[in-house]
Amino acid sequence: MPTLTIDGQQVTVPEKTNVIEAAKTLGIEIPHYCYHPGLSVAGNCRMCMVEIEKAPKLAIGCFTPCTEGMVVFTNTEKVKQARKDVLEFLLSNHPLDCPVCDQAGECWLQIYYMQHGQYESRMMENKIKKSKKATSIGPHVNLDQERCVLCGRCVRFCDEITKTHELGIFGRGNREELDVFPGKQLDNRYSGNVVDICPVGALTDRDFRFQVRVWYLGVQDSVCPGCSRGCNIQIHYNRNRPHHGHGRRVARLKPRYNSHVNQFWMCDEGRYGYKFVDAGDRIISPMLRRGAELQMATWGETLAASAERIRAVNPSQIGVIAWPQLTNEELYLVRRLFVDGLGCKNVSFSVPSKKDGGGDDFLITADKNPNTRGAGEIGLPIADSTGDILQAASRGEFKLLHIFGHDLLSSGLDQPLVESALAATETVIFQGSNSHLTVDRADIVLPSATFAEKSGSFTNFEGRVQRIHEAVPPLGDALPDWQILNRMARALEMGWDYQGTEHIFKELAENVAAFSGLSYCVLGDQGELLGYKPTNEAHIPTEPVTTVII
Amino acid sequence: MKKIRTIAELGTLRAALERERESAKVWISVSNETCARANGSDKVIAALDEELRKQGLADQVRVKGTGCSGFCDRNPMVVVFPKEIAYQRVSPDDAAEIVGKTLIKGQVVERLLHHDGKGHAVQHEADLPFYRYQKRLVLRNHGRLDPTDITDYLASGGYTALSQALTMSSEQVIEEISRSGLRGRGGGGFLTGRKWKSCREAHGETKYVICNADEGDPGAYMDRSVLEGNPHSVIEGMIIGAYAIGARMGYVYVRAEYPLAVTNLVIALQQARDCGLLGENILGTGFNFDIRVNRGGGAFVCGESTALMASLEGRVGEPEVKHIHTAESGLWEKPTNLNNVETWANVPVIINKGADWFASIGTEKSKGTKIFSLVGKINNTGLVEVPMGTPLREIIYDIGGGIPHGKKFKAIQTGGPSGGCVPEELLDLPVDFDRLTEVGSMMGSGGMIVMDEGTCMVDVAKYFTGFLQDESCGKCVPCREGTAQMRQILSDICEGRGRPEDIDLLEELGHVVQDTSLCALGGTAANPMLSTLRHFRDEYEAHIFDHRCPAGVCTALIRYTIDVEKCNGCGVCAKQCPQNGVSGEKKQPHSIDQHLCIRCGICREVCRFEAILVN
Ligand SMILES: Cc1cc2nc3c(=O)[nH]c(=O)nc-3n(C[C@H](O)[C@H](O)[C@H](O)COP(=O)(O)O)c2cc1C
Ligand code: SF4
Ligand code: SF4
Ligand code: SF4
Repeated sequence: MPTLTIDGQQVTVPEKTNVIEAAKTLGIEIPHYCYHPGLSVAGNCRMCMVEIEKAPKLAIGCFTPCTEGMVVFTNTEKVKQARKDVLEFLLSNHPLDCPVCDQAGECWLQIYYMQHGQYESRMMENKIKKSKKATSIGPHVNLDQERCVLCGRCVRFCDEITKTHELGIFGRGNREELDVFPGKQLDNRYSGNVVDICPVGALTDRDFRFQVRVWYLGVQDSVCPGCSRGCNIQIHYNRNRPHHGHGRRVARLKPRYNSHVNQFWMCDEGRYGYKFVDAGDRIISPMLRRGAELQMATWGETLAASAERIRAVNPSQIGVIAWPQLTNEELYLVRRLFVDGLGCKNVSFSVPSKKDGGGDDFLITADKNPNTRGAGEIGLPIADSTGDILQAASRGEFKLLHIFGHDLLSSGLDQPLVESALAATETVIFQGSNSHLTVDRADIVLPSATFAEKSGSFTNFEGRVQRIHEAVPPLGDALPDWQILNRMARALEMGWDYQGTEHIFKELAENVAAFSGLSYCVLGDQGELLGYKPTNEAHIPTEPVTTVII
Repeated sequence: MKKIRTIAELGTLRAALERERESAKVWISVSNETCARANGSDKVIAALDEELRKQGLADQVRVKGTGCSGFCDRNPMVVVFPKEIAYQRVSPDDAAEIVGKTLIKGQVVERLLHHDGKGHAVQHEADLPFYRYQKRLVLRNHGRLDPTDITDYLASGGYTALSQALTMSSEQVIEEISRSGLRGRGGGGFLTGRKWKSCREAHGETKYVICNADEGDPGAYMDRSVLEGNPHSVIEGMIIGAYAIGARMGYVYVRAEYPLAVTNLVIALQQARDCGLLGENILGTGFNFDIRVNRGGGAFVCGESTALMASLEGRVGEPEVKHIHTAESGLWEKPTNLNNVETWANVPVIINKGADWFASIGTEKSKGTKIFSLVGKINNTGLVEVPMGTPLREIIYDIGGGIPHGKKFKAIQTGGPSGGCVPEELLDLPVDFDRLTEVGSMMGSGGMIVMDEGTCMVDVAKYFTGFLQDESCGKCVPCREGTAQMRQILSDICEGRGRPEDIDLLEELGHVVQDTSLCALGGTAANPMLSTLRHFRDEYEAHIFDHRCPAGVCTALIRYTIDVEKCNGCGVCAKQCPQNGVSGEKKQPHSIDQHLCIRCGICREVCRFEAILVN
């Protein structure tokens, strides 16, 4: 663990830490383009120059390991001059089409120019015309070669992380161009990440393109609900200009660093899988079946109707199919209400999907639910499987089915069985966010919030419990599932009432052994594993949290 | 050829070959390298063979195609042994006369001899001033050996150094090389012995040696010449190096634009393999080593060590940042020792003659000799091998024969494209690694381009900066963009668009590119500009402030006018001017219409009365 001095401040860092990372821990930012902590060091942008005492020449921070007693200066005249010149070189060959560039506002040419540039250009600016301007190079990514600063991050990503090798830098000198290899498409399952790591507007996201300027976005931390990995994400939502996004409130998802889960990355399925949040099929009002038709109703009416029907039947005649898209807190309330409160035995949660989830050996898992592990730990299912519940229902053993979220009619379940179960059951209550075939068969519909509209926590397949936060309010009359369950418990006069998710989690941690010791404070923004052993000391995250946007 | 199984067997064979060579006293050498072939040397060989056959001498006199002995400009060179009568610029038509006169009658063909410009003809090769002042160690056998025949090399003492080295311990071999003070001839001037030692001491079973024959400097061709003319000297050096370092595999990375070098090398390697000098159990010592040839695509930057190794591995030939020296982690991350062609070729010399002898040649910190390719505005163009420390003046005037057409010397560019220009005041500079660096130039691979008064130094800087910009791999920002900026500013100055602030800007950019580039290409790319600025600042100023090119080279800044005193109105220029820009009455002084003139200079060339002035 060498101790070194950076700009007069002492710091001790782990062996092999480079100067950029060491400076980061002191809150000193050394500007750079090609360096990325998740990739190998290329050392080509020459922006991260620092002065090291006794060294004859400036050194690059990314490639200089910290050594004992080293004295580093990041802001001397010499360093500033080199930085400014390198920046000037980069800009001399840059199209400066910032007004039509999606990256504007989060472009590192702009940012560093404001911080370190601000000169009158003295260069000859006969810019080199390059062949590809705003060309799609894959399902998700657009390329603009003139904006590229040739840092090679995207190439290294495809070589080192996905190992799919779609991208290369072709040509030489200032005629160099970034491109896909002939006959290839940038279509690996993680292609969107190149947009995140591209420091400029050379690679842009086709989905996000021209939706909204980035400075109108709000940011909320969350967790991807796309599979049981639970990649840490940021939800970027359209905060100030809702009319710019064609009704899209969630503008994009970005991966958020978590060394235990996803490092810096997320997959494309997860990244672009959030569209259901603002989709046209969202259920925005509670509904009750009146005759053949489902009609809009108030929360008061629907909850009263639900409570009445539940009370009217014997708990053994109730089947509950919970949903591993629910948070730990919500699943706990499902248990509290149906199992502990009513004494139901027929509770399941997992429904096989029609096609294989296609897990890989990197991030993507086959289980497309974020909270299967949580559901299990909380003590669901009680019944053997959803199939068993449907079997019983089709035999006419149930009077009421409470289905959360699942579209049973387009799942991997035996479809005639689903049909006969739905037909044989008197009351079907559906609680979920989006409309589908199964919703049409319900008698009571309770509209719930999506992951982006609520708070709580998920437990990933490794047992890491991680927080999600509300980015946008629930659409229309929808409510977070925990609130719906809370209200239903009130209607059923169960005698409990929770103030918020933290309240629920506290109780969950007290009642479910696996969660013991956990609290929202302990979870922090990197989550914590089940079976956590609290110590007397204040909770310190196991690794320093690096907030990395680039 | 039969496999040689022991060191002793090799000795016996060599002795036999030497005797055989001695008995064949009369023979003819024809330099037959790329430069000579371009002038028809293979036709000369065929013509000589044909003539000997006609005269019934085919069995007695051998005609040997050899490497070039360096006087490239005079090729094809033919030397008749044993008297060593040297003929220059021989054509196939001369064959009959050479055989008839020199071989049969023992007379000299006067018109084919070298004439020293003072009316003297020089008969013997060794007496040519071009050779007299040289000290030829690496080139000693150029012009004597048939590079495609290993027996020729063996007969002239070839592979004695290897025999010797194999009886020494690897430490002793390294010690010998270290003591000799040999420094790498590829440009950096690293101590070869030290480099070998660290590779020897690096961890790992598998190690490699590489010969860098990428030679990308415009104007430099000594490595090509050594590989074409004496490939076994390089191979022998590499085997000794591999033995000392503990490598079992070697590579020669040679540019594909050197087809003859590749051909001769491949032939030589095969012969060495057949003889048991390469492969398993070399000369029965249990040492295994072989060499493969890799052809490079001709990118200048691929001569840089990390780029070369990347290219050898099949990756893009771009330099890489490295913490660990390639001696510890190079090719395929194995300890690797890279040396230049000329460095390798020096190794057998050192082993044969001893470190002390070698170290007695040269200067305090630069030992041995160095081959320079002397080109440009010089009378004797060619490859020159001199002891380190030889003054520039001696190379240019004694060996090079001075500047043609009585023009004045202006500067000499050394060190290849990223070297610098040395002005006249420094002509007495002893040439070695350190002295050249001191004056803002460098040794580089040994290119020497002579410039006379008709050379514009801004134009020179523009040319070399342009070369480096074209060859910049583009990986790092300062070199990629900075060389383009410097070239653009230099072009602007040459084209009359120079701005007063440009000199300061050039200096600033130059230092940034120098200080911040990733590899030495960018690190030295500002040298041509900075060194000309250092020694010829007034020329830059003349271009920028007076809109004048003192050397009369930059077309945008010169005017052709007619000296009314000298013009007799012959009208030749008017006829030749492609623009019809010259007019005048017959027999009356003519004049040039500046609006029509495109400054092609044709009028000046055709005028027999020196009446056309440039200013
Ligand atoms: C841009 C560049 C080009 C180079 N080209 C060559 C070359 O053509 N031949 C060569 O031997 N060394 C070349 N070098 C030097 C090599 O990197 C290396 O130092 C050398 O081959 C080591 O051999 P030596 O120790 O025998 O000199 C080049 C270096 C740079 C930076
Ligand atoms: S496209 Fe972006 S990430 Fe890729 S090399 Fe260019 S600037 Fe870097
Ligand atoms: S791997 Fe899973 S959790 Fe991660 S982004 Fe993809 S779908 Fe989301
Ligand atoms: S200095 Fe030039 S040649 Fe070397 S890595 Fe940088 S761009 Fe390539």
